[in-house]
Amino acid sequence: MTPNLIATGINIAVMLGFMLTVVPVMVWVERRGSALIQDRPGPNRLGPFGLIQPLADALKFMFKEDVTPNAVDKPLYLLAPALAIMPAMLTISVIPFGPDFVLNGVAYPLMITSAPAGVLLFLALGSLGVYSLVLAGYASNNKFSLMGAIRASAQMISYELALTMAVLAVVIPVGSFHLGDIVEYQRAHVWTFIPQILGFGVFLIASFAETNRLPFDLPEAESELVAGFHTEYSAMRFASFFMGEYMSMTSLSALGVTLYFGGWSLPGVHLDGLLGAIVGLLVLVAKIGVCMAVFVWVRWSFPRFRYDQLMRLGWKVLMPIAIVNLIAVSAMTLAGWL
Amino acid sequence: MEIAIFAIFALLALGSSLVVVMHRNPVYSTMSLVVTLFSVAVLFVILGSPFIGALQVLIYTGAILVLFLFVIMLLNVTKEENTASTQKGQLGVAVLGAVIFGGLVLALFWSSHVPLDQMAPLSEELVSMKGLARVLFTEYLLPFEIVGLLLLVAVIGATVAARRPVLPDATSGLMPSDLVRTSPEEEPLP
Repeated sequence: MTPNLIATGINIAVMLGFMLTVVPVMVWVERRGSALIQDRPGPNRLGPFGLIQPLADALKFMFKEDVTPNAVDKPLYLLAPALAIMPAMLTISVIPFGPDFVLNGVAYPLMITSAPAGVLLFLALGSLGVYSLVLAGYASNNKFSLMGAIRASAQMISYELALTMAVLAVVIPVGSFHLGDIVEYQRAHVWTFIPQILGFGVFLIASFAETNRLPFDLPEAESELVAGFHTEYSAMRFASFFMGEYMSMTSLSALGVTLYFGGWSLPGVHLDGLLGAIVGLLVLVAKIGVCMAVFVWVRWSFPRFRYDQLMRLGWKVLMPIAIVNLIAVSAMTLAGWL
Repeated sequence: MEIAIFAIFALLALGSSLVVVMHRNPVYSTMSLVVTLFSVAVLFVILGSPFIGALQVLIYTGAILVLFLFVIMLLNVTKEENTASTQKGQLGVAVLGAVIFGGLVLALFWSSHVPLDQMAPLSEELVSMKGLARVLFTEYLLPFEIVGLLLLVAVIGATVAARRPVLPDATSGLMPSDLVRTSPEEEPLP
């Protein structure tokens, strides 16, 4: 066991633990949050404030009958729920959650993959998320599911472009695709959302569309498509789509706070060693928590878009704004203002 | 370790690309192509260029193949329709193609053969992001710009082709431009 291997193992354990904790917590936040917004109590019977409710939900999903309809395309039908979780789990690996941990003069980065092309790796792996929706919709052999799948593929490709352009604008002044460098740059300067508020707006809207959350949950759209791409799924397979959704929300939030809000850092706080690592992790989790609260808040406050409105917004509004932002940031970087 | 990873993903790339051409169901073919391109991306990473690997996944598997799936689903090609038709002489043509391709590869090896111990390793300068950008924007600037122009022409062409014909409507007071409503499926996609 080399120290590097042990460090990577610890990093994986921390991030895996975090990602697996997020799901039940988010189920509770979503249910109680929606209740708060709709002025009703919500699940409050099981445990204090209904905190045990997610456990009951999970047990219910596990013990329900897992129905596989006869007419489905079986290999793809079984593959799709697994693909829903995989991209989110992979993308979190490039997010740094603390300053480099120095032990015996060797610096261990507090991230699973310290890849130089971290941002691109995130975008590349994140772009695989659409396959779970598309395959689920196709393999279910159900016209509602297929409609959801077609919507998902068009929607996610459209918004991915705007998202990528907004992210690239963050990378330009830093001059590095490594997310650790981006955090260090923000510690030395200001948090990116101040100079790039336009790009942050595009990123925010596009990330709602990327994670299929209201107001952009057209692939599900329960009022028109029953449940969209996961109509034919039941029990734990159905639940894994939910887990995938919450996990991709988490990893996209992690990317967002790392790019625009300084990641694990706080202005004026310079801690090192174990304390720095713990504080960094807590700060990152707190920032992600704020983002998740915004996700829930927006979901229960906005009505759903119509499909053509969604495409128009993506191509005719967000794309031009993202391009203008990209050019403006490039020009400002060249002029030395950033 | 490196050899093992290379062997796994090289075999995976070859096997899945066979499935791409052999499978009857176009959706399975497309998914195999996803596996192929992903494996090739891993090979790029082993070669020391995670940048190209990430771009490969981002552009090909993340966007272009999703469009393939999109089109297959819109056209609703099912396996019953059996798109892989076998025509007379197909086998002969396939063998001929394989021979020509193999010959080309051999000729390439022959003409540029350097003893293994004299080969230079892939240097950081050749495969890194900075190296690639430098070469792209200095030595190969003109081809790069021409490719950009070509893509622009293709985008404009696609937009024009996807537009519905404009019918002048004399009865209503609408301008012709009001009649052109592109539905979502007709939006120009990359």
